[in-house]
Amino acid sequence: MSPRFEYLLRLGDDALILGQQLGFWTGHGPVLEEDIALTNIGLDQIGQSRAWLSMAGKEEGQGRDEDRLAFHRDQHEFRNALLTERPNGHFGDTIARQFLFDAYAVPLHDALSRSRDPEIAAIAKKCAKESAYHLKHSRGWMVRLGDGTEESHDKVQQSLNDLLPYVGDLFVSDVSTQTAQEEGWGVDLATLRPQWEATLESALTESGLKRPKATPEQLGGRLGRHTEQLSFLLAEMQVLPRTHPEAKW
Amino acid sequence: MVKRTADQWWQLLQAVPDPEIPVLNVVEMGIVREVVPDQSRVLIKITPTYMGCPAMDAISDDIQEKLREPAQQEGLSVDVELVYAPAWTTDWLTEGAQKKLEDYGIAPPGKTADKRTLQGEAPMVRCPRCKASNTEMVSLFGSTACKAHYRCNACSEPFDHFKCI
Repeated sequence: MSPRFEYLLRLGDDALILGQQLGFWTGHGPVLEEDIALTNIGLDQIGQSRAWLSMAGKEEGQGRDEDRLAFHRDQHEFRNALLTERPNGHFGDTIARQFLFDAYAVPLHDALSRSRDPEIAAIAKKCAKESAYHLKHSRGWMVRLGDGTEESHDKVQQSLNDLLPYVGDLFVSDVSTQTAQEEGWGVDLATLRPQWEATLESALTESGLKRPKATPEQLGGRLGRHTEQLSFLLAEMQVLPRTHPEAKW
Repeated sequence: MVKRTADQWWQLLQAVPDPEIPVLNVVEMGIVREVVPDQSRVLIKITPTYMGCPAMDAISDDIQEKLREPAQQEGLSVDVELVYAPAWTTDWLTEGAQKKLEDYGIAPPGKTADKRTLQGEAPMVRCPRCKASNTEMVSLFGSTACKAHYRCNACSEPFDHFKCI
């Protein structure tokens, strides 16, 4: 697998898995506005995923398009960060997961919009507008829940405690990300961590939430080592195109 | 048969409405970026408003349908290509489009160079019905990817605001 194919898969899979998860909220949001908000964000994620995976397919050169990559790979071939496959849980869990991801997506898209590769830069510039909007939404809710009632505070604090051990994948630095940086078409994802930390700290301060004591980081998504949750998600996402592989709408 | 110029193809495209906001056509929306007629085909480059905009396929089909016959008259095929750069911005909505949106009941986006937008503050949004500026945002997200949900405090009506991006 070329470093570039690997890199594009990671970008595409993060967005795809998160988008699929948010889609499960359709009809289940706590209030109508948030039902619509979460599914809108999910739609943006799927759209971003489509662009990255389509590019990944071209890079690989084996004739796989974005649908082939999304629907006909097995769990160990997915490269999404473990954070994105954590269960939806309750609204606070979903918001905390989205916030931790958005705080990474904003500096990521900003950095990629300066890519030496015009296609990567173009897609990233488009994504940047969307991720900034998503962060506004998820950060707003972190503050409202954290600084809300005792119950909302305790619940979202627990969400943070549960999710923080899974963010490490986002900042893994390896051959793929280092090649991206050296060749100038991408960014070494490890370099995004200080900006992510700053966004997190500012939201914690404003919301009265606390950073839990350091726990061991759970890593593996970038290597295709996933949690059980991903297999359930893929089963649901892939069943239709796998049952009817050549079906056209 | 006289070949149509790019301008004439642009004119034909004005008959293709946006599927989600039918009061505007795809040219007014700023979705059509380039029209390149050559010897064998007419190439239409379109750009999505949002990455996941589900209307893009419908727009592509609608353009194909609208241009197929005129293209056939010239022995041309119609190709629609999706491009991402430069990224779509609400600044590409034509002046007329902003007015049409408001008349249709959707508060138009304003310009991204607006100082309040640059400073990250909520922009002032005027109620498209009673024109009062005493409005509040209900949700950052509305009925489609490109809209946010507002309420007018003067006439109490809910309305959509076209997000400024």
